Amino acid sequence: MFESMEMRQVFAAEMEKHMAENKNIVIIDADLSKACGTYPLRAKFPDRVFEAGVAEQNMASVAAGMASYGFLPFIFSFTPFASRRIIDQVTLSCLYAGQNVKVVGTDPGIAAEYNGGTHMSMEDVGLYRAIPGSVIFEPVDAIQLAAALPQIIAYPKSMYIRLWRKYAEPVFSDDYKFDLFKADVLKEGSDVSVFVSGFMTQAAMKALEGFKAAGIDAEIINLHTIKPLDEATILKSLAKTRAAVVCENGNVHGGLCEAIAALAAQNFPVPMEFVAVRDRFGQVGKLDFLAEEYKLRPEDIVKAAKSAVSRRVFP
Amino acid sequence: MDLKLKANQIRRDTLNCIGALGVGHIGGALSIAELLAVLYFKHMRIDPKNPQLQGRDRLIVSKGHAGPAVYAALSERGYFPKEMLLTLNQAGTNLPSHCDMNKTTGVDMTTGSLGQGFSCAAGVAKASSLRGDGATIYTVIGDGESQEGQIWEAAMFAAHHKLSNLIAFTDYNGYQIDGAVDEICDVAPLDKKWRAFGWNVFSVDGHDTGAIDAAITSAKRKRNHKPNMIILNTVKGKGVSFIEAAKAGNHNMTMSREQTEAALRELE
Ligand SMILES: Cc1ncc(C[n+]2csc(CCOP(=O)(O)OP(=O)(O)O)c2C)c(N)n1
Ligand SMILES: [Mg+2]
Repeated sequence: MFESMEMRQVFAAEMEKHMAENKNIVIIDADLSKACGTYPLRAKFPDRVFEAGVAEQNMASVAAGMASYGFLPFIFSFTPFASRRIIDQVTLSCLYAGQNVKVVGTDPGIAAEYNGGTHMSMEDVGLYRAIPGSVIFEPVDAIQLAAALPQIIAYPKSMYIRLWRKYAEPVFSDDYKFDLFKADVLKEGSDVSVFVSGFMTQAAMKALEGFKAAGIDAEIINLHTIKPLDEATILKSLAKTRAAVVCENGNVHGGLCEAIAALAAQNFPVPMEFVAVRDRFGQVGKLDFLAEEYKLRPEDIVKAAKSAVSRRVFP
Repeated sequence: MDLKLKANQIRRDTLNCIGALGVGHIGGALSIAELLAVLYFKHMRIDPKNPQLQGRDRLIVSKGHAGPAVYAALSERGYFPKEMLLTLNQAGTNLPSHCDMNKTTGVDMTTGSLGQGFSCAAGVAKASSLRGDGATIYTVIGDGESQEGQIWEAAMFAAHHKLSNLIAFTDYNGYQIDGAVDEICDVAPLDKKWRAFGWNVFSVDGHDTGAIDAAITSAKRKRNHKPNMIILNTVKGKGVSFIEAAKAGNHNMTMSREQTEAALRELE
């Protein structure tokens, strides 16, 4: 399914079906509809797909106004402008006021490549996580994204969707069963729990060889929903492995690493290592260079796993 | 000095810069070549040998994606060697897509998140007037960028604080990324809006160096305690036929070696 389609193409193709059924869905863009993939939907739904222009803050609150009237707005921009630029509008007009707006941010973390530091959001997950009642979803591949959309549409509150917009290597198979609030165990293992979100999921799957070579039986768990966490699945895995690595394409402060560390600290503390951006801003470069620069490669995950395993303690 | 020739050189170097990488924000870079020529080779009181000179004039390119044109102008003005232009966006470069004051000598403000540079320019103008150092602060925004609310917050601030040392330009090239500005979310009538916000407004052919020069000179002579907006009527991708023809498609465009060479031939 979806073969070589980019994530933004899959998003648009699936939205087209949902919009045909659900006449309340509207899409608002902020001059990045070509970049975010929604552009072709304009011709199909000329009334319900429109532009706010380069005015993201206005877009977010306009969307909240439309939501109060019964519409279901999806708003799009690059992650920094869908998070830090509009965090007050999303916090108040959408979440605090209880208006259901789906915010889609594309090109998370280092994905912005040549657009560089100004367009790289290392902090978006941390910002959204800190808003009371927020939900953060970051799909890994096309199959997961397509499976998630009906549940995203059905979920009655605002959400932040952190979307890789280009091609993403498939991780899930066609028979995948999705639950928005359940984490996916991609591989069972007994030595270390490797928790991954988004693009780091592919990196962790590529690390399988390295784990094998190091004699580590890793359990790999994808947290497509970063908030709220599927606590039961995480704690069950920690109780089994007693060591963890958390991997995310974003700042180590405020994101998935700290979320899992806090959960473990309160319930079942284990040695834990982080593979994440170490409190640095972004910069220009191709993905491979950036992954090396910020240490987000499969080998960095293996190294972190070795360290976590070596620190394990058994009762 | 022949400012037309300078503008042509900035255009050529911008093409070399983006052509070396094979992709870049070409349209909005080419549309400000004349402006950069007039500023860097006629009006700005700056010293490439002393880039941090106190009280110097400053340029804040709020439409930060025009970096390559700024780099072309800075290297032509002697801030760094031309070869550096070929390092655009390479790993570890000092020339990123968007202007970065901590990376590039001669860049006065880090920009790239639209709307912010314009407010920064108002802040710089306020600071300069408090210091009384007599500097003129120049800034350029895009017409698409003018949709940001922050632009109009700064517009009020600058007028309220009587920042007559601020000379701003709108690159009115009619296009943004998704299409024509008047189809996305129209900003017209820009001249009336800026006038209503308390600014002196000039509207000129943005590809006529003489007209830009004259507008800057009359803005400086106004001394009526108002900030100045010079609207540059421009063509996005100006100077190269196939780039102009791409319209909104030239915002961020791939440039093969052949295309770059063909473009340079048109500018001979
Ligand atoms: C806050 C913000 N939102 C979105 C973007 C992405 N973006 C970069 S350039 C651009 C269009 C700008 O159009 P315009 O101001 O007309 O620029 P020009 O035509 O001069 O290139 C957009 C939406 C951005 N850089 N910053
Ligand atoms: Mg424009």
